[in-house]
Amino acid sequence: MSTSLIGARVARKEDYRFLTGTGQYTDDVALAGQAHAAFVRSPHAHAVLKSVKTDKARKAPGVIAVYTGADLAAAKMGGLPCGWLITDVKGQPMKEPPYPPLAQGKVRHVGERVAVVIAETQAQARDAAELIDVDYQPLPAVVSAAKASKGPALHEIAPDNTCYVWAIGDKSVVDAAFAKAAHVTKLDFINNRLVPNAIEPRSANAIYSRADDSYTLYVASQNPHVERLLMTAFVLGLPESKVRVVAPDVGGGFGSKIYLYPEDVVVTWAAKQINRAVKWTSDRSEAFVSDAHGRDHTTVAELALDKDGKFLAMRVRTTANLGAYLSTFASCIPTILYATLLAGQYKTPAIHCEVTAVFTNTTPVDAYRGAGRPEATYVVERLVETAAREMKLDPVELRRRNFISEFPYQTPVALCYDAGNYEATLGAALKLADVAGFKDRREQSQRRGKLRGLGYACYIEACGIAPSNVAGALGARAGLFEAGEVRVHPTGTVTVFTGSHQHGQGHETTFAQVVADRLGLGMDQVEIVHGDTSKVLFGMGTYGSRSIAVGGTAIVKALDKVVAKGRKIAAHLLEASEADIEYDRGTFRVAGTDRKKTFGEVAFAAYVPHNYPLDKLEPGLNENAFYDPANFTFPAGSYVCEVEVDRETGAAQICAFTAVDDFGKIINPMIVEGQVHGGLAQGIGQALTENCAYDLSGQLVSGSFNDYCIPRATDLPLFKIDTRETPCTHNPLGVKGCGEAGAIGAPAAVMNAITDALGIKDVPMPATAQNLWRAMHPAS
Amino acid sequence: MHAFQYHRPTSTKDALSLASKKGEGRYLAGGQSLVQAMKLRLSSPSDLIDLGTIKELTGIKVSGSAVEIGAMTRHAEVAGSAEIKKAIPSLAAMAALIGDRQVRHMGTIGGSIANSDPAADYPAAVFALNGSITTDKRKIAAEQFFTGLYETALQPGELITSVSFQVPKRGAYMKFRNPASRFALVGVYVADFGSGNVRVGVTGAGARAFRQTEMEKALSAKFAPEAVANIKVKPDGLNNDLHASPEYRAHLITIMCKRAVEQALK
Repeated sequence: MSTSLIGARVARKEDYRFLTGTGQYTDDVALAGQAHAAFVRSPHAHAVLKSVKTDKARKAPGVIAVYTGADLAAAKMGGLPCGWLITDVKGQPMKEPPYPPLAQGKVRHVGERVAVVIAETQAQARDAAELIDVDYQPLPAVVSAAKASKGPALHEIAPDNTCYVWAIGDKSVVDAAFAKAAHVTKLDFINNRLVPNAIEPRSANAIYSRADDSYTLYVASQNPHVERLLMTAFVLGLPESKVRVVAPDVGGGFGSKIYLYPEDVVVTWAAKQINRAVKWTSDRSEAFVSDAHGRDHTTVAELALDKDGKFLAMRVRTTANLGAYLSTFASCIPTILYATLLAGQYKTPAIHCEVTAVFTNTTPVDAYRGAGRPEATYVVERLVETAAREMKLDPVELRRRNFISEFPYQTPVALCYDAGNYEATLGAALKLADVAGFKDRREQSQRRGKLRGLGYACYIEACGIAPSNVAGALGARAGLFEAGEVRVHPTGTVTVFTGSHQHGQGHETTFAQVVADRLGLGMDQVEIVHGDTSKVLFGMGTYGSRSIAVGGTAIVKALDKVVAKGRKIAAHLLEASEADIEYDRGTFRVAGTDRKKTFGEVAFAAYVPHNYPLDKLEPGLNENAFYDPANFTFPAGSYVCEVEVDRETGAAQICAFTAVDDFGKIINPMIVEGQVHGGLAQGIGQALTENCAYDLSGQLVSGSFNDYCIPRATDLPLFKIDTRETPCTHNPLGVKGCGEAGAIGAPAAVMNAITDALGIKDVPMPATAQNLWRAMHPAS
Repeated sequence: MHAFQYHRPTSTKDALSLASKKGEGRYLAGGQSLVQAMKLRLSSPSDLIDLGTIKELTGIKVSGSAVEIGAMTRHAEVAGSAEIKKAIPSLAAMAALIGDRQVRHMGTIGGSIANSDPAADYPAAVFALNGSITTDKRKIAAEQFFTGLYETALQPGELITSVSFQVPKRGAYMKFRNPASRFALVGVYVADFGSGNVRVGVTGAGARAFRQTEMEKALSAKFAPEAVANIKVKPDGLNNDLHASPEYRAHLITIMCKRAVEQALK
């Protein structure tokens, strides 16, 4: 074989179908006789449901059925479960209020589902939904995390709207360190709430078969097996074996399609009730109020330093807004995936973080690209940069003085970093960003009446939550392994089934590169299959940048089993000892000879076993593997952002953005670059433009693209990106994951640059022109 | 979207006749606002009278001191018109800033003006370029046409046929965009007609577009950026939303006006 496929810029196999319009998304799935569902949603943030009158809707043209919360209660349907139990500071379990798929008794956020209409056409369903007469008795609402504990109670079980108060770290050690600190830097900020906005809205299409009492649900999901598990075991009370979940092509998720949503459950249940397929596709307006949101932390953070700038301790208090109900993984995001990252890249010896998670009359909040880690990076990197400015130290030098440089490194907040080289990415970023030339560029900007600023962020990320037993001890209610299967066909081509799910990541290419490289096959001899519970043996899905590190490793393990069996077959065919058989890129060879069998010949022998050791070996060449990692992986990187602010209008423009990431071994640099670009765009969006805003009554003010601004290409610079490779030590590929890095590191880099430009300590995200103008004109 | 009847008349006369019979009907111009409102079920006309195939409603006429643009002329046509670029280059430049490429190829000048969106661009031009709106019944000056938030002097069934602008000596439009919608958070159109006659049209800032007379006076005395740079606009009555407070909008009016003058002098 020629050069390795690992590290090759292979064009994405899946792009042909996406670019020619032949992708198959859930909304493209047309099932025979399908009916259409429309949901009636609450216009109120908080209200008592006095009555839901459906008579008129039932009589409307084309209507097949109408269901309300009362119907689901009568059918004894369960509520949506939360996948992670957090135990609070007093050792008590978090408050888990019921989350009925259709509201019962009360509505608790704008957009909550009150009823569903199923009709022959989508238009008829929507027309009839308008005829449902809901008598709401509005209640006072609370929307902000800071005010939640004093606001009206959403759930009986949590009268102060507190889901849990959780903490990590040794508070007395931290307080003692603060008491003797030479300098303390303190920041008080909100990490702004975001709306994920995948380009493909959520969609579900379910069909029931009377013949065998089974269901098939097509759904835009990031993890079909988990969706099936949660839906069958907790909500519908069905055997998993009777439900097939298919997540076909999915157009972006960013976390928002991890969760089990009420609409998925309702259409699946309704398909049996009416014995017809039931389809629902969200429109953008529904997506804004019903897809789980991201972030929304209110934080006070402090960093204690000695006189030389050595970090002594960090103290963080965060109130996390969980919205009206506990979404599937909501509880672990502001705890396990946030506070454990507060060491960042630094040897801070003592860290304490207390998190109060609250319910408010807003759309539920859950993981969104980065999920806890962007919030942690924002805390750490804003503190570090601010401390450097306050102590008149070079922010680069301050970071260098505190970098972790020996591995493995046990942080004071649970994680143990296996490998890293933070100086390598920082040094490369400084050069690539031409930080040395910044002074001149700043002067040039000044001459044009613009304020120029430079900001850094050195982030760390923990990808591929693991191992399962540790996660379980921390409250996870699911495993965090991944499964893979390698099916070798008699002709020597290979179909690989993975429990990872792609919704933009390009797994069909990256995973095929791993397989083709390992077996010595051509890319066109490898097919990757994912997203169907009836094809893939099991899977935990894709989130937290886990696919290559966990899903990829499961495949590698299965490949190793294939090769091991292949060696046995080859030994028989070559009349040699198994110990003497070497495998190298498509050829089994007797070591030191030219006696060999190709991979295809061995595969053929396995399926046409005429000359085969049938007494010792089963025919066939088909192996599967489960992989449960020993640890997280720890990608890290250094970002440098340069901005210009218009003094007169406050408008900020990013002039340059440099990102040097260490993702460990890289399989396909082109795909990695795409992931970094997308992540940076979303991180910059959070910093500059994206603002999910509610008014005090709980109405979503930024409920459309007219008001919610995701960045356009013209809002972004041409990114300067590069990578360094410090392989992960505990998986065979040495990979770490790259999907979220950009969104994790970018907000802090941008805000550090903006505060530098303006010469101020802090300004709220998003740094819109108005916010910056106000910061420059405090009197107004 | 609710169901509606669709009509495609080929003459103004037929369109007017349909409108008189369909009380709950609406004219459909470029559909860039109306169709969105219908999709959101916020607007449910019984009938849509599509003006898209009425030839007499399109076209650009330049005659000496005036430019007349047919109501159904698309923004992209105005932006790309060699005649307009020659007569009123600032108007062509303004049309090129409307929405995005798709919007500019569908949206029409008549549709924009009839909608009186407080953040639309054209109304600023109508005020600054001493514009007038011709309908099937009459000719209406800008001051009388825009009456309020999404409100105009148009009577039920009355149809805009063209919009006329006076050719200035020089002029420019400066727009500070709402970053999300790309409508004007504040847009200021400055037009200098010579002999101390300067008009300033402002959009995005109030319930409807308006003239900024204090700035007009200052610029009529001296057409230079410094003439307006220190004018403090009162925020009273200006729009207040997620994106900009009345104070910020007031501030932007001054900045955008100053920059428009700078641009006009280039």
